[in-house]
Amino acid sequence: MMIELTQSHSAPTPQALRIAKIQRVQDFLFHGVTQFFALSVLIALLGIIISLVINAAPALREFGFGFFFTQEWDIVNGEFGGLIAIYGTLVTSLIALLIAVPLSFGIAVFLTELCPGPLRRPLGTAVELLAAVPSIIYGMFGLFIFAPLFAQYIQPALAGTLGKIPGLGILFSGAFNGIGILCAGLILAMMILPFIASVMRDVFEIVPPVLKESAYGIGCTTWEVVKNVVLPYTKAGVIGGIMLGLGRALGETMAVTFVIGNAHRLSPSLFSPGTSIASTLANEFGEAEAGNHLSSLFALGLALFIITFIVLACAKWMLSNMEKKQGLKT
Amino acid sequence: MTSLLKKVLAISAISLAPAAFALDMTGAGATFPYPIYAKWAEAFKAKTGSNLNYQSIGSSGGIKQIKAKTVDFGATDNPVKFEDLEKDGLVQFPAIIGGVVPVINVDGVKPGEIKLDGPTLADIFQGVISDWGDKRIAIMNPGVKIPSGPITVVVRADGSGTTAIFTDYLAKTSTLFKDGVGSGASVKWPAASTVGGKGNEGVAANVMRVKNSVGYVEYAYAKKNKMTFISMKNKDGSYVEPDDLTFAAAAAGTDWSTIPGMGTFITNAPGAKSWPITGASFILIYKNPENKANAAEVIKFFDFAFKDGKKMAEELDYVPMPDKTTEFIRKNVFTKIATK
Amino acid sequence: MIRSANINPEIFARRKRTNKIGLTLSMAAMGLGMIFLLWILSVLFIKGFGAIDLNLFTHSTPAPGSEDGGLANAIVGSLMLVGCCTLLSTPIGVLAGLYLSEYGDRSRVASVTRFVTDIMLSAPSIVIGLFVYAFVVAQVRHFSGWAGTIALALIAIPVVVRTTENMLRLVPGSLREAAYALGAPKWKVAFMITLRAAQSGVMTGILLSLARVSGETAPLLFTALNNQFFSTNMNAPMANLPVVIFQFAMSPYDNWVDLAWGGALLITFAVLGLNILARVVFSQKVQG
Repeated sequence: MMIELTQSHSAPTPQALRIAKIQRVQDFLFHGVTQFFALSVLIALLGIIISLVINAAPALREFGFGFFFTQEWDIVNGEFGGLIAIYGTLVTSLIALLIAVPLSFGIAVFLTELCPGPLRRPLGTAVELLAAVPSIIYGMFGLFIFAPLFAQYIQPALAGTLGKIPGLGILFSGAFNGIGILCAGLILAMMILPFIASVMRDVFEIVPPVLKESAYGIGCTTWEVVKNVVLPYTKAGVIGGIMLGLGRALGETMAVTFVIGNAHRLSPSLFSPGTSIASTLANEFGEAEAGNHLSSLFALGLALFIITFIVLACAKWMLSNMEKKQGLKT
Repeated sequence: MTSLLKKVLAISAISLAPAAFALDMTGAGATFPYPIYAKWAEAFKAKTGSNLNYQSIGSSGGIKQIKAKTVDFGATDNPVKFEDLEKDGLVQFPAIIGGVVPVINVDGVKPGEIKLDGPTLADIFQGVISDWGDKRIAIMNPGVKIPSGPITVVVRADGSGTTAIFTDYLAKTSTLFKDGVGSGASVKWPAASTVGGKGNEGVAANVMRVKNSVGYVEYAYAKKNKMTFISMKNKDGSYVEPDDLTFAAAAAGTDWSTIPGMGTFITNAPGAKSWPITGASFILIYKNPENKANAAEVIKFFDFAFKDGKKMAEELDYVPMPDKTTEFIRKNVFTKIATK
Repeated sequence: MIRSANINPEIFARRKRTNKIGLTLSMAAMGLGMIFLLWILSVLFIKGFGAIDLNLFTHSTPAPGSEDGGLANAIVGSLMLVGCCTLLSTPIGVLAGLYLSEYGDRSRVASVTRFVTDIMLSAPSIVIGLFVYAFVVAQVRHFSGWAGTIALALIAIPVVVRTTENMLRLVPGSLREAAYALGAPKWKVAFMITLRAAQSGVMTGILLSLARVSGETAPLLFTALNNQFFSTNMNAPMANLPVVIFQFAMSPYDNWVDLAWGGALLITFAVLGLNILARVVFSQKVQG
């Protein structure tokens, strides 16, 4: 029996050889086709960057790199500078982070440590689903519901309390329009809150129970476990999640355009209307004629892309550090 | 058998003919005439089946998109100079006349109750007057109770022919405004509390939502939303309220046929009943368009609008172009467009 | 006798207090977060429900100042744009994901592609819209549904690639090896064994990409533009829900604003529905 088997396997039949050859060709094609499509993603990104650079070049040549620090936006005379839009983007995102991160942390702690068992999955799913709500909803909510309430109650309250503090007062000065930089920052905070919360919850959940239990075993309170065991262990993942949220906030168009006020001015007050890179692009791209205006818009787009790129690259690096620690990656 | 087939084909051809000739045209530009263009487009579709898709993206957008040849016609209230028209191979004609109206959101003030003149309005928009309680406003409005409060100025965030018309008026009546801000489709508004809105719709929406704000919109937007407008003092010294009669009075003196490229502002026009911030909205088409069938249909559309669209225009308080002018346009502008 | 003499009562009390404060703040954060989010959703439901009636689905968008009207052209336009986007992005994404999982362990190209895909996942969508305008619309001289489709596909493809790769990697190597041992070529193993085993996961990824692009506005602003009328012509400007909502919401007309809320509710239903469907599809396979 065994000898028969070995004998029958001594030389491949011509038919087998033919099939093997066809399969080699098929596999070669398979490799080629899938590699082509994988590369197409790469090519698309390169295309975007190249297109941005080429179209932004005239403005950069005209204004130099000082473009990004110039406060002008004079369409009539063709003088442009990116500072106002970049300021708006950075400040609204910063406000959003300042509010969303502590809240997300609280939500993540609640979901992992405090939440009663049966509620854990539904509440967790609810948070994840809310991260999927399209951003235009947040914009509409901001314009119709939040901004009027903001103007009527919150702005006077802020001006009355924090606005009276000498150094801080200037941040809360100006008319109570409702819409403006602070309002945009708050709406962005609401938008990135579920996003950061679910990432934090995910990284908190992968802390090995044995670490937490040994801390409980020596008498730590829940808060101390979170502060001294969970947080240091998940530090890289938490920061990665925060940076992902920051990346989303930086690039957000709709939620911001509705409520930021669309004014090309730089003012120290958070109540004043301003503009962000994304909303400037949304408002002016359709009408900018070829020349300095259009090129400056592309330069703003390039700036946004570079800022987001850096933030995302750092986030990725942090999160992959987290995975390495976990032993998922070498 | 074949004669029956021929009859069937003939009948189906005739019944399908309107649909077969129905074209899809795209135009883009000014928000100033958007309400009336959209109404005309609905009526034109009912009559001929062709879809004239008009996207209101602002006058500067209209100029850009027609220059990029991504649309069949561009619409702008900021007329293009004759030299530029010739350079790009475009023709321009006015399609409709309307009025720009300053609107406010101040508690307790009724439409037309507040009366201002050009220089005072310019001061408000320049930020020189920054509070509703300012004496300069009170002097012009004795007996009107105006609660004081910081003024928020609402302007256009996008490049706008409405802005061009409005600033043209302000610059004509106030040298301070002319030197400090100037006129055009996009100007740098210096007032400390300035909010930008997208399109006439955005300005109207912002004024309606922000207390103590003042903005400028085309009258159709103010009327439809029952906004509080300001009565203005015209060149002849009388105070007028905006409606199609005062707009028509302002436009009455203009002879469009004498202007090369037909592009001009008609602000601060003489006449006792003239509304001082009246303007026309223009259409830009290539002399030699890429899509000639669509260009022919666009001409048909405006021909229809000039003939049958007058009542619709008046209902929205626009002023249709006078017959003398539309005849001139048919003879001298439409003929310049190559449709074959 | 157990001596608890080593416990300093003051420090213990302080620790307990800190714990209580910290946990109360956490609960407050959860409460605040939930309040915000429930507030937004309830506003959406209340305002949007009023606009949902048969007219919404049968009439096209009204002219400014006209009464009634609906969102029929925008709904159909969005369905067509998202549908074509899915047809375009699914094969590209799945095949790219296959490459990354089957050949990706040793290849430099693969790790760079993975990095790039992650960047594209969170890239600002308005920049993608700009790119497609410069690359497609300006070249062919008109706005079109196809340009909008390409812009949406650029957003959807990274989602599909990532989820496909992750799901394929979860398939146990023993399945693949058994197939190789029987003499199957690599492509047969990939399509008939690996992909089939991971099919619910891959479906999940496709549904998630659908959900993601359904709500995107910025990339359509300068590509598909918008259309006042009902049109199924992909080669011309196409009406779509997000841009219509954007335009109507910021307008001063009441009926336009109502339609905007109705459209917003429709989009949210669709996106949440797709997400829930994706979870159900995925969990069914895991259980089964």
